[in-house]
Amino acid sequence: MGNNLRNGKMQMNKPLTLFDKIWNAHVVTELADGPTQLYIDRMYCHEVTSPQAFAGLRARKLKVFRPAQITCMPDHNIPTLGQDKPIRDEVSRNQVDTLDRNAKEFGLNYYPMGHPKNGIIHVVGPENGLSLPGMTMVCGDSHTSTHGAVGAVAFGIGTSEVEMVLATQCILQTKPKTMRISVNGRLAKGVTAKDMALYIISRMTTGGATGYFVEYAGSAVRALSMEGRLTLCNLSIEMGARGGMVAPDETTFAYLEGREYSPKGEDWAKALAYWKSLPTDDGAVFDKEIVLDAADIEPMVTYGTNPGMGMSIDGRIPELETVEPAGRISFRKSLDYMGFQPGEQLLGKKIDYVFLGSCTNGRMEDFRLFANYVKGKHKAEHVVAWLVPGSWAVDRQIRAEGLDRILAEAGFELRQPGCSACLAMNDDKVPAGKYAVSTSNRNFEGRQGPGARTILAGPLVAAAAAITGQITDPRTSL
Amino acid sequence: MEKLNILQSTCIPLPLENVDTDQIIPARFLKATSKDGFGDNLFRDWRYDKNGNPNPDFVLNNPLYKGQILVAGKNFGSGSSREHAAWAIAGYGFRVVVSSFFADIFKNNAMNNGVLPVVVSDDFLAEIFATVKQKPDMTLTVNLEKQIVTNDTTGRSESFAINGYKRECFLNGFDDIDYLLSRKDKIEEYEQRRIRF
Repeated sequence: MGNNLRNGKMQMNKPLTLFDKIWNAHVVTELADGPTQLYIDRMYCHEVTSPQAFAGLRARKLKVFRPAQITCMPDHNIPTLGQDKPIRDEVSRNQVDTLDRNAKEFGLNYYPMGHPKNGIIHVVGPENGLSLPGMTMVCGDSHTSTHGAVGAVAFGIGTSEVEMVLATQCILQTKPKTMRISVNGRLAKGVTAKDMALYIISRMTTGGATGYFVEYAGSAVRALSMEGRLTLCNLSIEMGARGGMVAPDETTFAYLEGREYSPKGEDWAKALAYWKSLPTDDGAVFDKEIVLDAADIEPMVTYGTNPGMGMSIDGRIPELETVEPAGRISFRKSLDYMGFQPGEQLLGKKIDYVFLGSCTNGRMEDFRLFANYVKGKHKAEHVVAWLVPGSWAVDRQIRAEGLDRILAEAGFELRQPGCSACLAMNDDKVPAGKYAVSTSNRNFEGRQGPGARTILAGPLVAAAAAITGQITDPRTSL
Repeated sequence: MEKLNILQSTCIPLPLENVDTDQIIPARFLKATSKDGFGDNLFRDWRYDKNGNPNPDFVLNNPLYKGQILVAGKNFGSGSSREHAAWAIAGYGFRVVVSSFFADIFKNNAMNNGVLPVVVSDDFLAEIFATVKQKPDMTLTVNLEKQIVTNDTTGRSESFAINGYKRECFLNGFDDIDYLLSRKDKIEEYEQRRIRF
């Protein structure tokens, strides 16, 4: 603290964005005609994208440079039933065991499978106060953008870069351009942060924010809870953005205060003073500005095989002629995979699976929304529903609030925390040809299992589909 | 990292847009703890049917097309940050991927594994697809030092962008980590002025 970046002079010279302030404070050096050497405050490691990085470190006979700044946990491979027993899949078990060995050998903060703090990294980081405003954070995982919700620069990296951070706490990055997406007004009843994100991505397309770091702003974003902001920032990568962020405010501070790794006492007061200096200055210039109206957002579903292929729940799939010529082969391939026709409506379509969970929608509020909707109703007979809390902390809270009983009465069971059916690296695979309404983040071909057909949606649309067994507008029963 | 300067090669066309890294290498193949062998499962679910037999309609199974250059539709490598996608592409034997647009993380991962992403205009990309369709043995020449890519059949060339630092890395076979390790003094100096929480 007490850093010269806090003085007003610099800001008077040139108004800066939230992103610029954090980025500038982490520049170690700029390479001539090259990238920036950027300092990383915190790195998260999971079992899938870290083994080769640790192996590289060993091959170079290096130690972890700043072990206190690294937190590890397995999440992708772990089963959502029977976590007290060893993982049956030998290859998955080996990957999880490899992280175990690496975390212990290099002396890193570590929450193994079954640990009360284990869960999906992007759920666990914020809930423990490991992710704080003003930080730079990375993880070998594209949904690292989630952590930007606290007012931080957080982004996904590859394994070579994980090795760089382990070895030097730095990476080389070209500075992205900045974009502000303002959503003004109020979200209507029955419209969630997930719907806002899917709406934004459908407008931007899957590559429309590539090269940019996005700040979400506007009254509808301000009105989101911290968990809603985490959902919104989580999906930034699905339009290609390097990351997404929301300026820290009272909602952020109230969420963070008292969490295990949040600053305490005098440090909290100092941190708060610094964090309050971070929001984008009046007059700061973004490379691109997008302004949207919250009143235009309805519950959303996707109909294709990338998250940009979304529409309002009562909408119709676009006609082929509306797609630009170079994209028509991909569009047709995508609808063929999904078994849908151009011009078709999805409302009333029979579905087979429902997945509530993932780093996108595996938090407490998602379970509250889902449980409130299904209370007093009953799951459709033919639907297989997987309800997977994002962490053990979420699981404990679900039980503390008695939601587990409400869910059980409606015919739903809770599973154990992990990434689960979001990418089906464990046993939670949707069979080929089956339709899954999924609160996760990707509807790519085969994402939830070879041949699986994913319809992305928010927790309310998922709840409505689980009850009726078909795509249903949740607003009709709120 | 293996050096790269001038590469003349036939190419393999994949005229699909938004090819995500889940297609390049599906998640179930990410369980390895080394970087080897991913090339065998490159584009696995397009390349093989569910019984593991090669799908004759997929370009990697078409004997007409081979080479060290992959030419793909716009927004190649979107989605998951898995570097396994770059390992699969490098492992299969590609040194260059040509497209009109790349996803950011994939681009970095490719460059960290000696695979050069070459961005061309939509128009030039369409021309390359058209040429290779008519003449599968057509070649492209990528000259990194001059930052020029040429369709050797039509003679059309375009310059492509790469920062000077990364170009030097490719020309000399340097890795980012070597550079960073040589800057430890700067890092420790930065830590003295760093804002801590």
